[in-house]
Amino acid sequence: MRVGVFICHCGNNIAGTVEVAKVAEAARMMPGVAFATTYMYTCSEPGQEEIKEAIKREKLDRVVVAACSPRMHEVTFRRTVEKTGLNRYFFEMANIREHCSWIGEDKELNTNKAIEAIKLAVEKAKQNKPLFPAKFKINKRVLVIGGGVAGMQAALDCADGGLDVVLVEKSPSVGGMMARLDKTFPTVDCSICILGPKMVDVSQHEKINLYAYSEIEEIKGYVGNYQIKIRKKATYVDWSKCTGCGACIEKCPSRNAFDYFNFGVAPARAINIPFPQAIPKKAKIDAQFCRQFIKGKCGVCAKFCPVGAINYEMKDEIVTEDVGAIIVASGYGLIDLDKLPEYGGGRYPDVISGIQYERILNASGPTSGHIERPSDHAEPKTIVFVSCAGSRDKSIGIPYCSNFCCMYIAKQAILTKDHIPDSRSYVFYMDIRSPGKGYDEFTRRAQEEYGVQYIRGRVSRIYPKGKKMIVKGADTLLGTQVEIEADLVVLATAVTATTDARTLAEKLHISYDPHGFYVESHPKLRPVETNTSGVFLAGACQGPKDIPASVGQGSAAAAKVLSIFSKDTLESDPQIARVNTNICVGCRKCIGTCPFGAIEEQQLRDGRIIANVIETVCAGCGICNSTCPCGAIQLQHFTDNQLLAEVNALCLT
Amino acid sequence: MEPINLTEKTDWQFIDQVKKESLQDPALCYQCGNCTAGCPYTKYFDYPVSQVMRLFQTGQKETILNSRSIWLCATCETCTTRCPCEIDIAHIMDVLRIIARRENYVSEKDVKTFYDSFLSSMKHHGRVFEVGILMGYNFKSGHLLADADLGPKILGKGKIHFLPTRIKGRDKVAEIFRKFQEMRKNRV
Repeated sequence: MRVGVFICHCGNNIAGTVEVAKVAEAARMMPGVAFATTYMYTCSEPGQEEIKEAIKREKLDRVVVAACSPRMHEVTFRRTVEKTGLNRYFFEMANIREHCSWIGEDKELNTNKAIEAIKLAVEKAKQNKPLFPAKFKINKRVLVIGGGVAGMQAALDCADGGLDVVLVEKSPSVGGMMARLDKTFPTVDCSICILGPKMVDVSQHEKINLYAYSEIEEIKGYVGNYQIKIRKKATYVDWSKCTGCGACIEKCPSRNAFDYFNFGVAPARAINIPFPQAIPKKAKIDAQFCRQFIKGKCGVCAKFCPVGAINYEMKDEIVTEDVGAIIVASGYGLIDLDKLPEYGGGRYPDVISGIQYERILNASGPTSGHIERPSDHAEPKTIVFVSCAGSRDKSIGIPYCSNFCCMYIAKQAILTKDHIPDSRSYVFYMDIRSPGKGYDEFTRRAQEEYGVQYIRGRVSRIYPKGKKMIVKGADTLLGTQVEIEADLVVLATAVTATTDARTLAEKLHISYDPHGFYVESHPKLRPVETNTSGVFLAGACQGPKDIPASVGQGSAAAAKVLSIFSKDTLESDPQIARVNTNICVGCRKCIGTCPFGAIEEQQLRDGRIIANVIETVCAGCGICNSTCPCGAIQLQHFTDNQLLAEVNALCLT
Repeated sequence: MEPINLTEKTDWQFIDQVKKESLQDPALCYQCGNCTAGCPYTKYFDYPVSQVMRLFQTGQKETILNSRSIWLCATCETCTTRCPCEIDIAHIMDVLRIIARRENYVSEKDVKTFYDSFLSSMKHHGRVFEVGILMGYNFKSGHLLADADLGPKILGKGKIHFLPTRIKGRDKVAEIFRKFQEMRKNRV
């Protein structure tokens, strides 16, 4: 066996703290190594050429590259090796950057560690067997989770590209957060006017199958072949009959239901349609507020419905859809006002959140666009906006910036001046973050043209005094305390992940950060992919994001799906578990331990029961391998023998 | 304010010293001003708390130790409670006061006198003897009749007494003081 070892300098990344020449020298002494060399950038085109030439010249049959993490370039080098006719699994990578040169400063220790890492890789490479991927057909349908602007954009782009789209939306209407906004920055154009046509397109597109008021129950399968169970929540209204006429809402005697769409700015009826432009425009009953459900008698809506659509006996329904890829666009949440007790959020009615103020500004909102404060419906003359209400606040566990508050505060202050010309707005800010196109000009316009008073400092406390709210803050540029007697206080509450973000991530097998935002495959170069192939991200579920960025990411995710669907078959990864039928005793331990349900019982012709791995379902995690009491089930490319060869190299020599 | 030459006038040793004694890191402060916003004493301060923190970040030892703010701070801890960066600012103010006293920067003599009077009462009686403190403070500070009008009122309510209350373990409290003095001597 002839192993070739190629040690990368990675500029100074590795060569700065590892003596690469010495490492190469040591590698040449290792049993089985026929050739070892160093190169400035092995991943570059000439670097890869050097590997190819060396394979031919030195008649190498195994290749080890000691460089960065295999997550970075394993695929690159496997392709290089394959081009010379070797099996790509004859390639092995030693990570001497992330695991070595980047984490230690002692050159001697690093050099020794690099030598050991290569020793391991060489022994492993010598044990490697050729593996061949299988091919399987792709189901060219896509699931989009979330019908906000990012999800709708992704769904429309996929559908226009000829794919069948299953769009699942948790709430009764598509539109998401954007449907709640009055105007959008920095152009101040009407939000629903630009979103409405997209919503209509989604509902009318023949390729899009919309499940509104539905949630993801279960996800099984793998890229190309997912089986999705969708829970259609009971609306207690037969949507095939409902015409959205609103007669039921008008007559509903339960008038104190929580209005989820308006974030509780005004009460709703127990049977409701969230907003006039809702799609689908169908009524649903909130059972926890409905008299029929609480007291067992009422039935007013059923009596007045002209088409007989009301059905109090309706139950949740589970439907199954098969798709080949998933785009997650599940959106974001906002922290509750009562997480900010020093601001009186939740205690004083005239301290509201930015999204609530947005509903008050909105012409189709509960106040028909007339600005009035919640306590006495008076028109406020002095309005205070507090930015970073919860954001950039380590003490409540939100160290990040919520991205778009600076901009929407400027917009709301401008709109306030438009609505009430004799009003005065103040903005407490720590920094004005307006890096987008036309954004900084917009915040300047709020100050220069609309006379909004910007105060550089945070607010310590808000408390009532008569009919006013006293806002006690600092002006750090003046170097003193300031107090404002406000009629209304608007808090730019921090953006969070949705409450069920983590549960959904676990169903999807994708990772999330400590705050519940989904983690992309690479923060710069793979911003819409996840580490689970076939699952893509769009919008604020990945991190706080404004509308243009969400739309851009929605389109990007659609492009990714279209690109994997441009082929008819996909190659499966051969690094999966395989059962040695001669050794397996049929104890079934692996079946119970497999998190993916990838192992089934199989009866041989002699009647013996053994385990069988369903190739397309196995994710190659290796749990079965370590569970099997007799070593019958082995994870290919990570077999017991291969791992023991590494351990022996490290411990015995 | 005079321009500050940060190359020459940043006292890095002072920054390290305060960091070490307070176990707080000034680099965590992003100058949002929330400490100043809530501070009930800002109107008496020469430098609001957020500026004391800034002076600390820039190592302006003389300015901080000569400031009145560090002596007037009541340690109510509103700043510590409100700080989004979880810095114990009140404790930093404490440490600054201790360093100022140790290095003989005392911009508010009365406050120091009051502390001395309070501590000597603790040392002798094992607990606070209010009348003793008042007398000690009034004599040493020269404000002979300060708060004298309040005396009869609270005497009548039985809140203070002319004779000190002696508590059990008085000697043990005195021992704490003795040990502290000894430790300080050894350190010097």
